[in-house]
Amino acid sequence: MLMKKSLKERLAILSDAAKYDASCASSGTTKRDSGGSGGLGSTEGSGICHAYAPDGRCISLLKILLTNFCIFDCAYCINRSSSNVERARFTPDEVIWLTLEFYRRNYIEGLFLSSGIIRSSDHTMEEMVRVARELRTTHQFRGYIHLKTIPDASPALIAEAGLYADRLSINIELPTDQGIGQFAPEKKPAGIRRAMGDLRLKIEEASEPTLQTKRRRTFVPAGQSTQMIVGADGASDATILGTSARLYGSYGLKRVYYSAFSPIPDASSKLPLIKPPLMREHRLYQADWLYRFYGFDIGEITASAPDGNLDLDLDPKLAWALGNREKFPVDVNKAPKEMLLRVPGFGTKTVRAILSSRRQRRLRLEDLGRLSVSLRKVQAFIVADGWTPHRLIDRTDLRGMFAPQPQQLALF
Amino acid sequence: MRTVFLKGRGDFTEWRDAARALLQADIEPQAVDWRLAGEATLLEGAGEPQPMPEPLAAAGKAVAVPAAFLALAQSVVCHTQPARFALLYRLLFRLRHERQLLEIVSDADVIEALRLEKSVRRDSHKMKAFVRFKEVPGEKGPRRSFVAWFEPDHFIVARTAPFFARRFADMDWLIATPKGSATFNGEGLVVSDQPAEKLDRQDVADDLWRVYYANIFNPARLKVKAMTAEMPKKYWKNLPEASLIPGLIAQAEEKVKEMAEKAASQPPLFHARLRERAATALLADPPHDAPSPTLAGLRRQAEGCTRCPLHCNATQTVFGEGPERADIMVVGEQPGDQEDLAGRAFVGPAGKLFDGVLSEIGIDRQALYVTNAVKHFKYEPRGKRRIHQKPNQGEIEACRWWLGQEVDLVQPKLVVAMGASAYFSLTGEKRPLSEVRGKMMSIGEDRRLLVTVHPSYLLRLQEGEVQRRERQLFQNDLRGMKEYFM
Repeated sequence: MLMKKSLKERLAILSDAAKYDASCASSGTTKRDSGGSGGLGSTEGSGICHAYAPDGRCISLLKILLTNFCIFDCAYCINRSSSNVERARFTPDEVIWLTLEFYRRNYIEGLFLSSGIIRSSDHTMEEMVRVARELRTTHQFRGYIHLKTIPDASPALIAEAGLYADRLSINIELPTDQGIGQFAPEKKPAGIRRAMGDLRLKIEEASEPTLQTKRRRTFVPAGQSTQMIVGADGASDATILGTSARLYGSYGLKRVYYSAFSPIPDASSKLPLIKPPLMREHRLYQADWLYRFYGFDIGEITASAPDGNLDLDLDPKLAWALGNREKFPVDVNKAPKEMLLRVPGFGTKTVRAILSSRRQRRLRLEDLGRLSVSLRKVQAFIVADGWTPHRLIDRTDLRGMFAPQPQQLALF
Repeated sequence: MRTVFLKGRGDFTEWRDAARALLQADIEPQAVDWRLAGEATLLEGAGEPQPMPEPLAAAGKAVAVPAAFLALAQSVVCHTQPARFALLYRLLFRLRHERQLLEIVSDADVIEALRLEKSVRRDSHKMKAFVRFKEVPGEKGPRRSFVAWFEPDHFIVARTAPFFARRFADMDWLIATPKGSATFNGEGLVVSDQPAEKLDRQDVADDLWRVYYANIFNPARLKVKAMTAEMPKKYWKNLPEASLIPGLIAQAEEKVKEMAEKAASQPPLFHARLRERAATALLADPPHDAPSPTLAGLRRQAEGCTRCPLHCNATQTVFGEGPERADIMVVGEQPGDQEDLAGRAFVGPAGKLFDGVLSEIGIDRQALYVTNAVKHFKYEPRGKRRIHQKPNQGEIEACRWWLGQEVDLVQPKLVVAMGASAYFSLTGEKRPLSEVRGKMMSIGEDRRLLVTVHPSYLLRLQEGEVQRRERQLFQNDLRGMKEYFM
C-alpha cells in the first residue's frame, strides 16, 4: 500500500502536470466585486499577472489538474496513460481550499482547473463543475474561474459549468484531424468541434435578452479558447494558421493559444526531444494578431513563405511589407486606417494616436519618434511632412537592414 | 518668481488649489517655482520670493478643464518626479487657449505627462500584482486578518487601495508602505500618506505558493529577460517566491538534459489494461461500409463520413430529417453556418424563408423529409464569420452515396431539388437551372422530380420588386408539391 502523498507533494505533481497549457488569461470577463455583496474577490476587466516564472510566463491563475491519472494516451502529453510519471489527485475540497487561501494572499486572480480523464468524461467533468459551483455558491468567490472542458462531457454538464466559469476551453491539440488521429488516438476531432459549436450556440443564446426579464444571462462571459501544440507533428505554419482562422470564424473563440512542443519527463519515443520552437511560437502569435486586429488574411501572411512556414528572422508584418513593396510608402498624414495598420512598426495604439493627432496638425517624422515608434523600422515605409524615403523601398538590401546579423562562427 | 510649497505626497487637491489661484491671477508658468515643503528655493538669496496671489473673490471657483486633463493630473501628481507640478501647471495654462492640446500626442509636454501617467499606472498595477498578504492569526472571529508590506515607486497607495477593498471585502487587512498605508476592516477604508514601519511576517501558505511556483515553471523554456521585464528585481525582496528564482535558473539546463537522456520507460500496468479494454470496445462497433437498412442506422453511419475532405473543417455531418416514409423529399445544397453548428438541416436564414413560404401555401414542414446534396458545410473563414462556398463536383459526387440511400429508404413520390447542386446530385446532369426550373420530371418509376431555386438565392437578392417576384415564383413552384400528399 502506498503512503498517501501530502498536499504539498500532490500540489507539486499536479502543477507540474498543468504547466504545458499556455493559457493564463484572466481578462475580459464581467466586472464584479465583493464590496457591496460580501464574499471574496473581484474581476475588473483586465487581468493581473501576479508573478512571472523564469520561463517568462505570467502566473495569473492557480493552474492545476484535479488529477493526472488519465485513460487517454496522447503522445505529446505528460499525463498519457503509458507514462510512468508520478500520479496524484486532489479532492474537490482541496482545490477549493487552495484557491481561496492563495487568493486571500493575493498570489492569484483565480483558478484554471483542468484534469486527466478518470473513469469517464462525465465523471471527471462533474467533479470539476463541483469545484466551480462550490466556489461560487458556498464560498461566494468572485474571482476568475477557467475550466477546461473534458472531451465528450455531456451538454448538461457543460451548461452548468458555464454558469460558474468565466471561461471554458477545449483543446484542439493539433492543427489537423490526421495529426490528432496519429498522436491523440482517443480524441475525436469531430467531437471537439461539436463541443465548440455547442458552446458557441449556448453563449449566443445567453446573450439574447430573455422574453420575461429582458435581461441577458451570464454564461461563460470571457468566452471560449483553445490550444494547439506547435512542432509535435509536421504541420506547417500555414496549416496551423488556417485552422486557427477556421476556429475563430466557426466558434467565436476569444483566443487560440500556441504552445511550442516542449520536452516532457518520460517522453514517448514517438516524438522528438527537441528544444521547444519558441521563436516559431512567437511568430505564430504575431501572425494570429495580424489576422485578428490588423485586417490581414491568413493567405496574405503566409504567401511569402514558400514552404508554408513563417520567416523566423522577420516578423510576419515586415515580411509581408517586403513582399508587397508597391503598396509603400504610406503617407501618415493621408492614408486610411487600414493601410496605416499595415506599416511595419505601427501598432494599433500608434495608429490610433496618429489618427487623433493628425486631425489637429500635420505629422513629421520626429512626431512619430515621440510616439515611441521605432523610426529605424518605419522610415522606409512612410511619407511624413519633410520626409520621403528616397526610394529606400526599392533597395535590394532592404531585408538585410532588418534581419538579424549573422552569428560569427566560433574560432577554436 | 513665486514659490509654492507642497507636501507632494500624491494629494491632488493641494496642487489644484494652488494652481487654481495662480491661474486666476494669470501668472505665467515660468514665474512659478514649485517646491516640496522643507526644500530650499531656486532663487535662495536672490531677493524676496513674491507671496502667493491673494485669493480672488472667485477663488475656489472651479476652472473649466477637459475631463481628460483632470484624470491625467490626478495621476501625474502621484509621481515622485520633482518637475511634475510645474509640468501640470504648464499644461493647464496652455489649455486655456489650446483646448485640443491633450489630443496632440506628439506635443512635448503632453508626451511627458503621458509618460509620468504611464509610470504611475504601471506602479499601481504592480502593487495590485505584487502585494502579498500574510495572515495574522488572531481570535476566531468571523473575519480573518492580513497584513502586507509593499514598496511602491510613487505615491499610489491612496489611488490603489480601493481595488483591495473591492477585492478583499470579507477580511481585515493593512497594506503598509514607505509612501503611506491603507487599512480596511469591512466598515471603511482608511488611507494615510505617512511612511509606515517595515513589517516582517511569515505565513505558512507561502511554502505552498513556492511549491506551486517552482513546479509551474518550465525549465525547457528559460526566458529570464522576459521575466525580469515584467517582474523587475526591485520587487523581489518582498515576494516570497523570488528566493527560488536563482536556483530554478541554475538547475534548468540540467533538468532538461536529464529529461532528454532518460530512455523511454515501459508503460505502467494500468496502461496495458486500458489498451485491452479499448480493443474490446472497438470490436463491438458495427462495421462501416455496408449501407444500413434503416434511416436511423444510416444517419449514425454518416456521422463518421470521410468520403471527401470537407469533414475536416466542418463541425458535423448534417443529415436529413423527417418521417421514415415521406411522400415528398426536399433536397437543398449544403448546410450553412447555423446548420453546421446545430447539426440540423434548414434551421438558418434560408430555412426560415423556406418555412415561411411553406406555411403560406399550407404545407407542414414536419410532413416533408428535408436533406441536402452535400452533408458537410463548405466555407472560407473571414474574420469572425464564415463565408459559404459552393461545393464542387467531386464533393457532390462523394456525397451522392448518402442521398441515394436516403431516397431508397424514404421512398418519396416527389423529390424537390432546390438549386443546381441538388439537381446535379439527383440526376447527374449539369444544366442551367432556368431550363429545368418549375418542370415536373420523372426520375425512376413512380417518382417525380420538381426543380426550383434554392431559398438562399432569394436572400441574396436586394429587397424590392425583383425579390418579391422571385419569391412568388418560388412559392408557385412549391405549390406543385400539394398534389403529392396522400
